[in-house]
Amino acid sequence: MIKKLSAFTSILFTSASAFAEYGMPQAGNNYASRVDSLYYFLLIASLISCILVIGGMIFFVFKYRRKSEFDQTPYISHNNTLEFLWSFIPFVIFMIVFVWGFLLFREAETAPKNAFEIHVYGRQWAWDFAYKSGKTTTNELVVPAGRPVKLIMTSKDVLHSFFIPALRIKQDVIPGRYTSLWFEAEKKGEYQVFCTEYCGAEHSGMLAKMKVLSNEKFEEWLSDDPMKEYEGLSLAARGEKVVSKKACTACHNFNADVNGAIAPGLKNLIGKKRNFADGSSMIADREYIRESLKYPQKKVVAAYDGKAAMPLIPLNEDEITWIIEYIKSDKD
Amino acid sequence: MSYAAGSNYLNHEKGLWSWLTTLDHKRIGIMYMISVFTFFFIGGVFAMLMRLELFDPGPLFAAQTYNQMMTYHGAIMTFMVIIPGIPAFIGNFTLPLLIGAKDVAFPRVNLLSWYCLMVGAAISFATLFFAGVDTGWTFYTPYSIQTSGTVLMVLGAFVMGFSSILTGLNFIVTVHKLRAPGMTFFRMPLMVWALYSTAVIQVLATPVLAITLLLLAFEKMFGVGIFDPNLGGDPVMFQHFFWFYSHPAVYIMILPAMGIISELITTFSRKTIFGYRAIAFSSIGIAAVSFFVWGHHMFVSGQSSFAGIIFSFITMLVGVPTAIKTFNWVATMYRGSIQLKSPMLYALGFLFLFTIGGVTGIMLATLAADVHFHDTYFVVAHFHYVMVGGTLMAIMGGVYYWLPKMFGKMYNEFGAQLSFLFIFCGFNITFFPQFLLGSAGMPRRYHEYLPEFTSLNKISSIGAWTIGFGFLIALAVIIHCILKGEKAPQNPWGGKTLEWTHADSPPIHENFATTPVVEAGPYEYGR
Repeated sequence: MIKKLSAFTSILFTSASAFAEYGMPQAGNNYASRVDSLYYFLLIASLISCILVIGGMIFFVFKYRRKSEFDQTPYISHNNTLEFLWSFIPFVIFMIVFVWGFLLFREAETAPKNAFEIHVYGRQWAWDFAYKSGKTTTNELVVPAGRPVKLIMTSKDVLHSFFIPALRIKQDVIPGRYTSLWFEAEKKGEYQVFCTEYCGAEHSGMLAKMKVLSNEKFEEWLSDDPMKEYEGLSLAARGEKVVSKKACTACHNFNADVNGAIAPGLKNLIGKKRNFADGSSMIADREYIRESLKYPQKKVVAAYDGKAAMPLIPLNEDEITWIIEYIKSDKD
Repeated sequence: MSYAAGSNYLNHEKGLWSWLTTLDHKRIGIMYMISVFTFFFIGGVFAMLMRLELFDPGPLFAAQTYNQMMTYHGAIMTFMVIIPGIPAFIGNFTLPLLIGAKDVAFPRVNLLSWYCLMVGAAISFATLFFAGVDTGWTFYTPYSIQTSGTVLMVLGAFVMGFSSILTGLNFIVTVHKLRAPGMTFFRMPLMVWALYSTAVIQVLATPVLAITLLLLAFEKMFGVGIFDPNLGGDPVMFQHFFWFYSHPAVYIMILPAMGIISELITTFSRKTIFGYRAIAFSSIGIAAVSFFVWGHHMFVSGQSSFAGIIFSFITMLVGVPTAIKTFNWVATMYRGSIQLKSPMLYALGFLFLFTIGGVTGIMLATLAADVHFHDTYFVVAHFHYVMVGGTLMAIMGGVYYWLPKMFGKMYNEFGAQLSFLFIFCGFNITFFPQFLLGSAGMPRRYHEYLPEFTSLNKISSIGAWTIGFGFLIALAVIIHCILKGEKAPQNPWGGKTLEWTHADSPPIHENFATTPVVEAGPYEYGR
């Protein structure tokens, strides 16, 4: 019996250690560690309650198993003291965690006035970030360490939600209004960002990375010449970079002539006949691609009417040319 | 009216037509049983396929296909299984028997409720043959306005809502008007208190859902700006309306389950319930407070932070009566004479899983913690612990408990216990890892996931198939019972409520040969 029990506990311990890596993710700042303290308090209080209730139940099952069909049981209808205690003690615990959770929540809701502001746009299925310097990125949020950052967020289409697990913060992103989120990242590094409000077919692909740089590196990055990363590349190669940076590839396939579930494929587009939702058709040319980039809703390919609408993605003239060159280029 | 010997409600009339036009609450209950089990099977198949997709991080089905399966799984399980599961199915069969009545107050309305459920379900399933719906069962705007198929699906849910409203209304009147002589409110079995509280919520909350869904359909069809920001609407308002129904609906699902558990624990402990009044008033208390907590689904939705704080506080208050009930059930077992038959195993399974569901509910009610857990697998795990670990366990326990009364036959105890073992273990293997996935940050409604979440998802999928296998055994046990079960005595469990003490197994058409007269409380063991 004891041997069995120790074997059982050792199995339990190995599986517990396997599970340990799946607790809360590594805390990225002080706020996150304080949320974790609250979480561990909740966890321990929960464990104790579970042991009391489930343990008590299992103990009674063994202790008071029916011995014969003629068992007599005492008539115990209630006990005021006991009932008061097990109503009042949970109530007190609930109030403690309520206040604790509320205090942290208030802190996370109130951004300091001097916070560094970044605009965030959610769209199906990518995150765009716009800095006051004019710099824009897609699916890559770069922030300075040790400085409060405030994200001012809105959506270009449906609901999204911006979730940074390492910082224990999350906020829905809503079309037609602004919501905000603030934090102060402490440790340099790369962190995962998820969309946590269901937003259609490729919801699970709506991921971004948050890069935390030292303040000097961040300032350097912010004033970087945006052309630098394209130096020495052919126009088509620049276009390839742009479509991946702007997350066009989340919906469109540029490498195969197949129409995806959400958006048409774009390989060998130029010279091909396109049928549109309004019944018209045309042979695709440069001008068509240009127009579709500037006014995504003007000509919708017939099969995609009523599907997720392509949002307007900010592009400058250079970028439009590069994308057209990329679509034209032979990619085999 | 006198009855021939051996006459009962099952052989009182014959033929399919006699069933489809029956006004007998017991037959309507059985029809609900067949429909709910069928829906459960379909919803379950979707769940199995979802876990197949999630067995590996990469895609197996197209994204849209997975999203549709996720939507249908959720919509079927909530609107067609868990909501009608206890009130409409088990409640219909047992309520008049428990209070010593011949039938419900409005038998024709009762039949109409069943037809509403069927028509609503047919409409919802029809969407499968058109574009399909991939909005998730919550139909959040503005995404739901953009996708086709929503209107039909919403119409289905609308019609099913009427089934729920009519059943609720029927039960309220039945409890007030048709109790047997001597059955005062405080002599009613706790199942009746639970069904009564549930009925109040059904009548008050469901119309709000109906209105919301109508507004959604209006917006989509006629372009009236209500929820769509492009038309000047507010998408967050939809969430307020939706949860104003759907949170009380959670209690439509769990309160009657608590009623069943009260019956099972006293009968199989052969001991009077501990704290009858506390449990009865907790049901009412939960029903009342349940209307004021909807905003806890929306802490990060963009509602005002002040509202979030109020909702968090009130949610904590709901925890108290829930805790009281749990402690009372455990206390009932103290010095009892506990018999571990399948219904009791399910009751214990309920206590085990519901306790975990409850404490994680408190974690989610805590503001700063919820911000991290919201819309991750932690929430998925939590509500499955409550809805499956709670409600479904209670349904299964109730089915085994009342099967002898329903069909006059005993089920195979070994088969039932075996299936419990698979379902209970499979359940924990499926959903416990999801707490860990959620706290690690894995969002819900993802058809693909990051590779670091792989191993726990694999465990979870294996657990899901274990549950599926367990339910197949349960199905075999139930079918075997109905077709070939041994004849059941009038009172196989030694129950003290009227259906066991005064009605045959199965009961005659009008339930009781002579109307019972009640002289004591429902659980007078040890007196």
